[in-house]
Amino acid sequence: MNLGFALGHLMAQAANTASWWKPIQASAHASSVDSLFNFIMYLCFFFFVLIIGAMIYFVVKYRRKEGVPIKTSPIKGNHTLEIVWSVIPGILLVIMFAWGFKDWLAIAVVPANAMEVRVTGQKWNWTFTYPKEGIVSPDLVVPAGQTIKLVMTSKDVLHSFYIPDFRIKRDVVPGRYSVLWFDPAEEATHQIFCTEYCGTSHSNMLSKVKVLSSEKYEQWIANGGEEEGGAGGKPIPLAEKGKKLYESRGCVACHSVDGTAKVGPSWKGAYGTAHKFADGSSLASTDENYIRESILVPGAKVVAGYPNVMPSYQGQLNDKQIESIIEYIKSLK
Amino acid sequence: MDSNRNSAPKSAHAASAGGVEPNYLNAHKGIWSWMTTVDHKRLGIMYLVGILTFFAAGGIFALLVRTQLLGKIFGGPGKQDWLFSGDTYNKLFTLHGAVMVFLVIIPSIPASLGNFFLPLMLGAKDVAFPKLNLMSFYVYVLGGCFLLFSILTGAVDTGWTFYTPYSSTTSTSVVSAVMGVFILGFSSILTGVNFIVTIHKMRAPGLTWTRLPLFVWAQYATSLIQVLATPVLAITLMLLAIERTMGVGIFDPKLGGDPVLFQHFFWFYSHPAVYIMILPGFGVISEIITVNSRKQIFGYKAIAMSSVAIAVIGFLVWGHHMFTSGQSELASAVFSFLTFAVAVPTAIKVFSWVATMYGGSIRLNSAMCYALAFLFLFTIGGLTGLFLGSLSVDIHLHDTYFVVAHFHYVMMGGTMTAFVGALHHWWPKMTGRMLSEFWGKVGCFFVFVGFNITFLSQFLLGTKGMPRRYANYLPEFQTLHQISTVGSYLLGLGFLITLIYMIQSLINGEKASKNPWEAMSLEWQTDSPPIEHNFHVQPVVKHGPYEFPEIDHSLARGGH
Repeated sequence: MNLGFALGHLMAQAANTASWWKPIQASAHASSVDSLFNFIMYLCFFFFVLIIGAMIYFVVKYRRKEGVPIKTSPIKGNHTLEIVWSVIPGILLVIMFAWGFKDWLAIAVVPANAMEVRVTGQKWNWTFTYPKEGIVSPDLVVPAGQTIKLVMTSKDVLHSFYIPDFRIKRDVVPGRYSVLWFDPAEEATHQIFCTEYCGTSHSNMLSKVKVLSSEKYEQWIANGGEEEGGAGGKPIPLAEKGKKLYESRGCVACHSVDGTAKVGPSWKGAYGTAHKFADGSSLASTDENYIRESILVPGAKVVAGYPNVMPSYQGQLNDKQIESIIEYIKSLK
Repeated sequence: MDSNRNSAPKSAHAASAGGVEPNYLNAHKGIWSWMTTVDHKRLGIMYLVGILTFFAAGGIFALLVRTQLLGKIFGGPGKQDWLFSGDTYNKLFTLHGAVMVFLVIIPSIPASLGNFFLPLMLGAKDVAFPKLNLMSFYVYVLGGCFLLFSILTGAVDTGWTFYTPYSSTTSTSVVSAVMGVFILGFSSILTGVNFIVTIHKMRAPGLTWTRLPLFVWAQYATSLIQVLATPVLAITLMLLAIERTMGVGIFDPKLGGDPVLFQHFFWFYSHPAVYIMILPGFGVISEIITVNSRKQIFGYKAIAMSSVAIAVIGFLVWGHHMFTSGQSELASAVFSFLTFAVAVPTAIKVFSWVATMYGGSIRLNSAMCYALAFLFLFTIGGLTGLFLGSLSVDIHLHDTYFVVAHFHYVMMGGTMTAFVGALHHWWPKMTGRMLSEFWGKVGCFFVFVGFNITFLSQFLLGTKGMPRRYANYLPEFQTLHQISTVGSYLLGLGFLITLIYMIQSLINGEKASKNPWEAMSLEWQTDSPPIEHNFHVQPVVKHGPYEFPEIDHSLARGGH
């Protein structure tokens, strides 16, 4: 119980900042969800203290004492009391329902001026597509102050798109589009989780929301969705670009670069070496064409001993990006 | 159900020979006599042994899961795998969930204690269909074997919920696990039918519906849900197996199916199943609190009827597992409202138990300590359900550790605490031996403290946004995870202590009298352990189950 009070106290202090047990409130919706959360929490503390307090009081007061003749009360019930303790919680429950329903309706309807971003979930990464600009990005980059509408679907199994800082979550279902929206207010970075269990690397299916000022966002769009150039605006080497893509586009979940076998074969020595495939065929020396094919049509040649589980990256990586990845693999000898 | 009622009062010399008459444990000897027994008491004991074995296994899986979550100490920075790889971890939490739900909690109280005590409480010789009862035990064993087979052939990694299309596409042994659960469902249905008929038809003379112990009422409500809901799970899992083996598109969108449909089917069973799990626990608590307070239960009718109300409304709230799934807004609103509605009868029960202690004479034996622990833990479990019933707050908390903590407070803090408390309460009757009161309280202390450390920290993790079913996590979650893991070790220690003093009691425990807790219900009127046919003479009931001699009727003014 003391812990409860301590928590309540902490809560009250920690209004708008991230506390050690609550995410920050990144939007107006987040703070209204927290208001209801707090309302329910205080009610819970009240009823918990009432129930458990009465229980402890009764145990102490009516504890059996040696040598005292036992006489107990004949009470079997009390209609007034029973009605009171049914009706009062009943009313409070209706209030909680109505409050939760109201806030939830507000996020069920997308505002008209929202900017649309497409979200694709697949084992085990997220990709964000900007339909107007044709940009594909591993992070959800958005301008501050702009309402964002996410139209989401999955390529394989169920996923769920969750941004704790905005208190929003929605399942991402194959063969369907689900919609979610939020209002990023300030420049900040927010964590994205997958919260519907999806297999081996479910816990690594992470991404970020990067809220930029509108100028920086325009710049990002103008760069074609590349973070930034090399130092001093110099172009960065393809292999280095490939390494970034390896980390940001989910390759890292299944392929190691140090020779250890994970879900898929390691990239170390994957170029220019002999490979045996599951269908019995083999290559004496893998080349650029093999790697390109493995990215776009992963099931065409599956390395012997590995499951055929990789999704296609067709439409998600452009030629320049595929070249970068090839260069990166070539550099891993 | 044939001879039981007709054979009413036995001849007088049978009763006088009661002292030397063999009990149910030694009336027949040998393994075969156990394997072919139709005695509800022996079947209850056999279920109990099975359930406790699976409970130990499920507990070990849980401790392995928690050990993995101690965190980065199991792997250098940047390493994906900690103690276990993601795949192994996923199998461990799936096994923990599936074993605990289907092999432990669902059968826990009904199959073991229900089988043992329901006929005794009714003053009957056995359940209505003793052979059917034996059959449901073997069905349970068969289902367990299928699950075991699935574990040996590579285990399952779908989570105990088997959500499609993951479960229709993963390469693990889903079909044998699903068939195991399918078969276990039949055990549950058969037991339910048996109990319903037994309660209707085999009550002793004078045992009217309002004189039934509340444990019986709870079993009745539970059995109704088992019979009505379990077939839906069976059909759902059958469809999943058909989809996997024959490629018929039902749930997998690649084959033209609908994955959300699976969730509706699954929760249509699995939410009522939550009440299959908790209602028998409610019944146990009503018995323990009255007997150890020496009082009438407060609001007998309200408690009995609230069990039935929970059973009915419980069928109509399954959609609250699916607020983020994309079901229609109207459906979500209705499910949220009904979820709050089901909170009212639950609250009535808790208030009534506390009120029962008022003006009593409270004996704090270990069973009562577990009942108090139950009230504490179940109240937290119930209250935190309010956060999850609220639509907007649930969107934030869904599929996080908040949900994990909530249902552990209800399932483990509620059902399992009641189950362990019930074992302490009825142990003398079942075994003829007393348990150590001292060690009973020590065990209860560790279970209670360990449990709260384990799961209070998980409420905080969930509020912070930690998703469930993660094999690893971001650094900001580490401290709370480590606290939780330490708590789980204390909890394990509590159960280990309990196991040790239970074995000690079987070997050289003090002999138990007929009625060590001076209870009024019928199971305490026969020998400890009971004779093979339960009673020497057909008992006749003349009063309610809680009319203790200590009640001072001269005070009976004003109250009610």
